[in-house]
Amino acid sequence: MKAKVYVTLKPSVLDPQGKAIHHSVELLGFEQIQDVRQGKYFEIALDSNLEESEAKETAERIARDILANPVIEDYRVEIVS
Amino acid sequence: MKFGVIVFPGSNCDHDAYHVVSKHVGQPVDFIWHKQTDLSRYDAVVVPGGFSYGDYLRAGALARFSPVMKAVKDFAAQGKFVFGVCNGFQILCEAGLLPGALMRNSGLHFVCKHVNIKVENQNTPYTSELEKDKVLSIPVAHAEGNYVCDDATFHALEENNQIVFRYCNESGEISPEANPNGSRSNIAGICNLDRNVLGMMPHPERACEELLGSNDGRDIFRSLTNAIARI
Repeated sequence: MKAKVYVTLKPSVLDPQGKAIHHSVELLGFEQIQDVRQGKYFEIALDSNLEESEAKETAERIARDILANPVIEDYRVEIVS
Repeated sequence: MKFGVIVFPGSNCDHDAYHVVSKHVGQPVDFIWHKQTDLSRYDAVVVPGGFSYGDYLRAGALARFSPVMKAVKDFAAQGKFVFGVCNGFQILCEAGLLPGALMRNSGLHFVCKHVNIKVENQNTPYTSELEKDKVLSIPVAHAEGNYVCDDATFHALEENNQIVFRYCNESGEISPEANPNGSRSNIAGICNLDRNVLGMMPHPERACEELLGSNDGRDIFRSLTNAIARI
């Protein structure tokens, strides 16, 4: 069983790296790009005998306590069996 | 009086802090490896600058889980002095000892230069030997010094006079031009409510010798030493 964790900056937080990437994307010739935001993606392998709800709870706790900083970031967890 | 300088894997301003405390402050000081959990013999600990754990995940994020950090939290709760500089400030924010977070500089560059900071609150153990509004020249060297917090936290910091230093120009004007990293309201350093925990991005330990361009940092260490002596 695998947990996919997406960590993204809160919408209210400016993302200077995303802005720089946006600029480069425009230089590459892509038009109609409104915004780019950078985030982080984690894959966590969990014991296969876990119930999906337990796996989700575990991954949520890991995301909350370590992977994301709640001051500036949000997270989302998906479980894939 | 005894100081400790905490050493994480990747700390690199630990020797600077040690040098300043032993030579200029003239007090006994130990290096404290991050696996140590007993801080009972110390009056103040410095959480130094550097790249603890290589800045993996987020600057300061993994150092928070080092065994010494539980001891640092207890130490702070006892009212003892915890002084975080640069990566140390980032670690104290990640550990919840100070509010807010430090993000990538708004200009994206690693900023390494002398900046001016203004003493916004002289009623702290770290600034008692300084005058309010005094301008200090202290170097910064960081890529993640952009102080961020939500509105409620910011208003609480202001109301409780927890903003200790702000980036300014030579004459003490606090302007966007004087802000090296995009920090909210030019914040360069904050303390906790009890005033015993201070975090700042500029490096006062690199500004204690005229030869290095400034010795304005000495007054911060002198303030702290006097605060410990008064206890």
